[in-house]
Amino acid sequence: MTQYLLSVHHAELSYTEEQSQEIFAAVDAFNAELQASSAWVFAGGLEGPESATVVDGTGSAVTMTDGPYVETKEHLGGFWVIDAPDLDAALEIAARGSKACAVPVEVRPFQSAP
Amino acid sequence: MTQAATVVERLHQEAWPHLVASLARRFGDLDVAEEAAGEAFLTAVERWPVDGVPPNPTGWLFTTAQRKAIDRIRREAKREAKQVAASTIHGGTPEPTGPVEDDTLRLMFVCCHPALSIEARTALTLRLLGGLSVAEIAHAYLVPETTVAQRITRAKSKIKTARIPFRVPSAQDITERVQGVLGVLYLVFNEGYLASSGDDPIRADLSVEAIRLARLLRRLLPADGEVAGLLALMLLTEARREARLAPDGTLVTLADQDRTRWSRQLVSEGHALVRERLATGEPPGPYQLQAAINAVHTSAARFEETDWSQVVSLYDHMVAIQPSPIVRLNRAVARAELHDPAQALAEIDALDLDGYHAWHVARAELLRRLGRPEEARIAYERAIRLAGNPAEAAHLAGRRDGLVG
Repeated sequence: MTQYLLSVHHAELSYTEEQSQEIFAAVDAFNAELQASSAWVFAGGLEGPESATVVDGTGSAVTMTDGPYVETKEHLGGFWVIDAPDLDAALEIAARGSKACAVPVEVRPFQSAP
Repeated sequence: MTQAATVVERLHQEAWPHLVASLARRFGDLDVAEEAAGEAFLTAVERWPVDGVPPNPTGWLFTTAQRKAIDRIRREAKREAKQVAASTIHGGTPEPTGPVEDDTLRLMFVCCHPALSIEARTALTLRLLGGLSVAEIAHAYLVPETTVAQRITRAKSKIKTARIPFRVPSAQDITERVQGVLGVLYLVFNEGYLASSGDDPIRADLSVEAIRLARLLRRLLPADGEVAGLLALMLLTEARREARLAPDGTLVTLADQDRTRWSRQLVSEGHALVRERLATGEPPGPYQLQAAINAVHTSAARFEETDWSQVVSLYDHMVAIQPSPIVRLNRAVARAELHDPAQALAEIDALDLDGYHAWHVARAELLRRLGRPEEARIAYERAIRLAGNPAEAAHLAGRRDGLVG
């Protein structure tokens, strides 16, 4: 089994209240499906990039900067970590996740344990 | 050529994909498989002319390649002072080793996996299944060897780290994945049939290779209609190769081709496949329909004898399953032969294909027939600018210069 990160990158979304409710419901249903299967490891949605702080501990003094690490139009909105036997299985789950959250999903394998 | 060299060459065509596939399956690593297969052939090239061809040359190649692969794995294990990961290509639960053909089919699905870029898919397919060298692929695609080598290396690395499985897709998505494999083969074929750039107008080697791989796929999936359809389409297109270029390198269109120069053997093989598919009564997919259209064209002894009503009805079918502007364009061109060219032109004008050279060619030809040479001239000019292929540009320039008025 390999762990894959399914990440959701998107720009500012402008949904109506009704659309948002539909998407929340679809994601909840997808999460429930995933939790009932052996693929579920962890998942979460993130607060907006304006809530981010970058901490740099590489120098002698730790510095902190307001805002996300990279200023881009698209940002990480949320992610799933799943267990899958191979890429095809991960892609199949990602396709369902993308449909539920109504944006594309990036699939990336975690490095396997040394 | 010596007898040994002939045997090596024949086996390189016949046994290479099976050899790579079987090694990939056994050792779970495409790098090991590719290198060991290459070394086995190299050894054969060196040894057979001296020692003679072994009684079972294919078996000899498999044994030698396996030994080379084991040698390499041992060397690496020693160098890295640890056990090489047992399996890097993941097929889920290990199955008993099936027939070699199953491995080759698996390898096809790996090479044409939709998670790889289309350039990587064609390069991997030509290298691992076609047995073409990196230099040959680079030459065919007019890109530097380092680019091809990098594409192949990156693709193999992604297959390994992202764990693209070495197995035949589940029944649920096999149709779609076979479409992906066919798409890669058709892309290779078309690049050879009418090169989109470069001075060598027909890079026959790529078309021949694509046909060889399509034949292989048909042996592996004999019941698949679209596999048969694509093979038939390629054969019926390839049959006309000789007639497609004039001695001065100008493209000759279907209407003006010397039909006695068509390959009868390829035409009859293509027709047989189309008949076989018709006999099943299954609804045809796009490749089968295109093959059928080409079968109609290649059944006519002269252009004037073409059964246009059948061509149009096949295009109607195409539009129903694949309503793209290009399919509509082709149907309109066929309709112009059957009905009123002015009506066909109106249909074509309504299509949003301004960046597509064939759209301008179709307009130019209809405007010519309708006695509107000035507009035809402009359309030929646009088509010439958009045509990437010199043989086609030369043909269009000739048509433009022949306009009266």
